[in-house]
Amino acid sequence: MSVIETKSLTYTYPGATKPSIKDVSIKIKKGEFVLITGPSGCGKTTLCRCFNGLIPHFYQGELKGEITAVGLKVVEQPIHELAKHVGLVFQNPENQLFALSVEKDVAFGLENLGVPREEMQKRVKWALNLTGIHDLRERAPHELSGGQQQRVAIASILAMQPEVIALDEPTSFLDPLGAKKIFEVIYDLNRKLGITVILVEHRLDLTARYADHIIIMDEGKIVLDGEPRKILSSEEARLIGVGIPKPTRLYQILQKDGKIKLGNTIPLCSDEMAAMLMEALKS
Amino acid sequence: MIEVKDVYFTYPNSIEALKGVSLTIKNGEFVAIMGENGAGKTTLVKHFNGLLKPTRGSVLVDGVDTTKVSVATLARKVGFVFQNPDHQLFSETVEEELAFALKNFGFKEKTIKRRVTWALNLLGLAQYRKTSPFMLSGGERKRVALASVLAWNPKILILDEPTIGQDYQQKEKLLQFILQMKAQRKTIIIVTHDVEFVAECNPRVLLMRQGRITADGKAQKVLTSPEILTHASIVPPQITQIFLQLSDFGLPKEVIDIYEARQKLLDVLERKAK
Repeated sequence: MSVIETKSLTYTYPGATKPSIKDVSIKIKKGEFVLITGPSGCGKTTLCRCFNGLIPHFYQGELKGEITAVGLKVVEQPIHELAKHVGLVFQNPENQLFALSVEKDVAFGLENLGVPREEMQKRVKWALNLTGIHDLRERAPHELSGGQQQRVAIASILAMQPEVIALDEPTSFLDPLGAKKIFEVIYDLNRKLGITVILVEHRLDLTARYADHIIIMDEGKIVLDGEPRKILSSEEARLIGVGIPKPTRLYQILQKDGKIKLGNTIPLCSDEMAAMLMEALKS
Repeated sequence: MIEVKDVYFTYPNSIEALKGVSLTIKNGEFVAIMGENGAGKTTLVKHFNGLLKPTRGSVLVDGVDTTKVSVATLARKVGFVFQNPDHQLFSETVEEELAFALKNFGFKEKTIKRRVTWALNLLGLAQYRKTSPFMLSGGERKRVALASVLAWNPKILILDEPTIGQDYQQKEKLLQFILQMKAQRKTIIIVTHDVEFVAECNPRVLLMRQGRITADGKAQKVLTSPEILTHASIVPPQITQIFLQLSDFGLPKEVIDIYEARQKLLDVLERKAK
């Protein structure tokens, strides 16, 4: 069953001369981990803004076509109704945080949902611990570093435990180990709680391994949509200039050489590639 | 040349961000400063153009103490591109954004025009000349910020997290651009978490942790030592991660490049055949 579905979705920002997304038709299944990628300016962020109704309700502009999220028609539902179901972590955390303490920022969404006090405290604590910012709970978000702010932004969405979480380059300011841990937390929530995850990322080296489904956009359109191993090994993906994970590239290069016998499952991360090479070198 | 001599820096909120940093960056060097969040990377580079002055110790840029000159004077020589472009951009159009500093430096109208066009073309922004920077995507705004600094052609260029929000092709262009700057003997200093980007450039890497420098060497050495990296909250490049698991097969671990990886694998195969 699709948790998000668009049909010929086209959107133009107010004052813009051409649409930012064009004729986008996608289906995202419940419980999927979806990766959306594509060149900068291709419409990824714009598409995310449609999922929770920021487009068209907040940004205005002209929206054509159809979009439903968790069975609701986005155009007919107010943002506060959609927010219960679809959480969005912004690209720039500064645009999302506003409270005087980290704890209050994380609690804000829950307050609006009318979650009982005890449950709220429990969930705030849970989200702060998951994202590793429990020690920062009394600090003011605007005083934190970019990486710490991103953790707060993620925590504030996780606390609400929406059915769908869309994250727009959520770890760009985090150090590599910090980013890896956050992706693991998100992946874990996806697998254990069945939360649908839509992740916008350029860095496929870090994230391709988690995905069930990859969507590649270019110039506002969907150009590839399907199974990660198939898509990332395709000639089209390379030509669009998507950053194919290095282990996948190495596999392709070695396969082309034909001198080392490797298995047929295309690797998406270093562990998979290492295991494959170990097999090959043993024989 | 930048000389940092035993620099300590304490912020007004009494957080000590630098605890005795010493280093020299020669003209024409390409340096990547890496390390965990809060390690002091940005604080350190803000000393290079005088935005911050040491609490103790000294920073010399081409032999001049940064406490003795204004940021405006240093800016002509040391260009700084911020991590978050929104902290830097303010003009109505991309073109005005690029011309702003040039006007302040007193360039002639004709020169300004030429330089703005040059920088716009270099970063693939020519079609946005008349667009408001705030209508652009995050990645594009980042490029406008870079273009606006390049326009005045500083000798030393500091880029704080230049690859954030950049797609693969833009990164590839950024790499070409850095190599081009290097060929012109410009000094390039990047602060970055992007291990894969650094692996592709193989610059000198300075690793920071808790206000100190904990490693200094070629990327190929620093990024392939898991012991050093874990403490700095950095993950080795993907290719290295593969080779770290293959050491039992007589393969070296100091591999960061994909074509080098292929060669090493073929070498092992050949040795086995014999």
